[in-house]
Amino acid sequence: MSYNINDKGYYGKFGGAYIPEMLYPNVEELRQNYLKIMSEPSFKSEFNQLLKDYVGRPSPLYFAKRLSEKYNTKIYLKREDLNHTGAHKVNNTIGQILMAQRLGKSRIIAETGAGQHGVATATVCALMGLTCIVYMGEVDIARQAPNVARMKMLGAEVRPALSGSRTLKDATNEAIRDWINNPIDTHYIIGSVVGPHPYPDMVARFQAVVSEEIQWQLQEKEGTTKPNYVLACVGGGSNAAGAFYHYLDDIDVKLIAVEAAGKGIHSGESAATSALGREGIIHGSKTLLMQTHDGQITEPYSISAGLDYPGVGPMHAHLYTSGRAEFISITDDQAMTAGLELSQLEGIIPAIESSHAFAVLEQKTFEPDDIVIINLSGRGDKDLQNYIDYFSY
Amino acid sequence: MNRIQKKLQENHKLLSIYFTAGYPSLEDTASIIQSLEKNGADMIEIGLPFSDPLADGPTIQASSTQALENGMTTNVLFNQLKDIRKTVSIPLILMGYFNPMLQYGVEAFCAKCQEIGIDGLIIPDLPVDVFNEHYKAIFDRHGLINVFLITPQTSIDRIKFIDSISKGFIYMVSTASVTGSNSGFGTEQTTYFKRIADMKLKNPQIVGFGISNNETFTQATQYAKGAIIGSAFIKHLKHAGTNKIGEFTASILNK
Repeated sequence: MSYNINDKGYYGKFGGAYIPEMLYPNVEELRQNYLKIMSEPSFKSEFNQLLKDYVGRPSPLYFAKRLSEKYNTKIYLKREDLNHTGAHKVNNTIGQILMAQRLGKSRIIAETGAGQHGVATATVCALMGLTCIVYMGEVDIARQAPNVARMKMLGAEVRPALSGSRTLKDATNEAIRDWINNPIDTHYIIGSVVGPHPYPDMVARFQAVVSEEIQWQLQEKEGTTKPNYVLACVGGGSNAAGAFYHYLDDIDVKLIAVEAAGKGIHSGESAATSALGREGIIHGSKTLLMQTHDGQITEPYSISAGLDYPGVGPMHAHLYTSGRAEFISITDDQAMTAGLELSQLEGIIPAIESSHAFAVLEQKTFEPDDIVIINLSGRGDKDLQNYIDYFSY
Repeated sequence: MNRIQKKLQENHKLLSIYFTAGYPSLEDTASIIQSLEKNGADMIEIGLPFSDPLADGPTIQASSTQALENGMTTNVLFNQLKDIRKTVSIPLILMGYFNPMLQYGVEAFCAKCQEIGIDGLIIPDLPVDVFNEHYKAIFDRHGLINVFLITPQTSIDRIKFIDSISKGFIYMVSTASVTGSNSGFGTEQTTYFKRIADMKLKNPQIVGFGISNNETFTQATQYAKGAIIGSAFIKHLKHAGTNKIGEFTASILNK
């Protein structure tokens, strides 16, 4: 059994492209070309060069000694927080901007939640001299002010999404509408492993560099390419897709996906899609999503803007329903506590998204000789005000 | 023969009107349908509101949000429509996004449509390819006509494929846009309308998106069989309420 995508664009029964006809020409053009373009030697060399010289890859695989001592196991951190722009998101935007250029597109649109993907998109647009418009929920604009300022300084236009809960889901709706309105010159850089096929697969492939590096870095440090566990937080699921990618079909490696429980799974304010979701269609993909009995998509909640999404990518829906990955939900409080702990034990302030993955250390016991890899997907600079506000009362 | 197919044989240009069920008030659905028929609409598209209408602009989005807040659900709509065929004889088409239908159960949804006397469905996010491969038999079994969209960017081959799958009309999206754009039609649109007319497809075309008045209705129907008005009608309902529907249709048909 393979846990990767099949040739029809599905992971098990999840995936596909449920899109209005207006989007068909763009999505079809991408579907027909993405693998071909990604396999061109010139594409590969430009992609790898930029990841090395511009992003600063490979990102370190760091043995977290004090954290390991506390939890009596061997914990390695994959330091995606050290990438240029501060998160894993840039791996994908570098890939997609090169893709957009080869497709002859001159105008770039993106959605963003925490602002990390928006910043990463604005960055590569500045790098390549392309017009950049980022849709961001009005609520997220308020809670991620530093990233809004960064996008503007990078030359991007930030357009507020004013519908629904005014968060990531609504920003995605607005970006899709923009693409419908601009079918010729525009490429939509989706920031996660969501959306219609081929996006989930394309984004996963661009993020796969994370687990590719983990394999050889772990070989150097531990004499094996295989950890016992890989942990990553999941909103849409792009950092998890990257960290899991080369281990998907290697069932010796246990995969743990960490979702945001918000104020508690059954509090009515949560974003724990695997626990609360049912099969349905969101943003062009058949996957698990939070919805009413009647099929209306419900408003999620998490303290972390990057995890505040009512669906998961189809790869993760399949990993969950097949049992390949274990899904754990972490509340706001547990995540914030874990973020503070990492700061004070290792001198690393994580993004609140990533803090959710660290909170699993309190929930689950690992063996002393287990190798546990935690994908530290982003740095916490953007969240300082949220941490300060949280711990001040 | 289905009511849509019969209507398409009439020898005049057709006016089709879209409205969002449950807007402006929850219980307006049946009276809006009856009033539209009385005032000259040839066909009606009843919008099943959805929380995340990707292909719709701000006007229909807002009406959908309002309708959901008013309490509209799939079951409520089916209940409101259960006796509609006692008073209304023009074709009725349900337009809605796929997820609510999937949750209801596609088979059950289609059976209910048939029972009520719904003639066809427009499901913008159920692509013709997925429909053809997985769902066609279900819709066919219940006598429902599925209507598919084409746009100025749709390739010739795909238009031919859509024509081969369709049994009623082809929904010709006038401009690359979401619903409710209001900039009028230029030579780009009329060239496109003529280009499609010249393909001599087996299904007639009805133009939608961007039609808001007599001028755009006339332009759209120069080459096509009819035109669909959505956002402009929603705006009319918002400002004038449900009592002046006749004024709206008269302004479109210039009567």
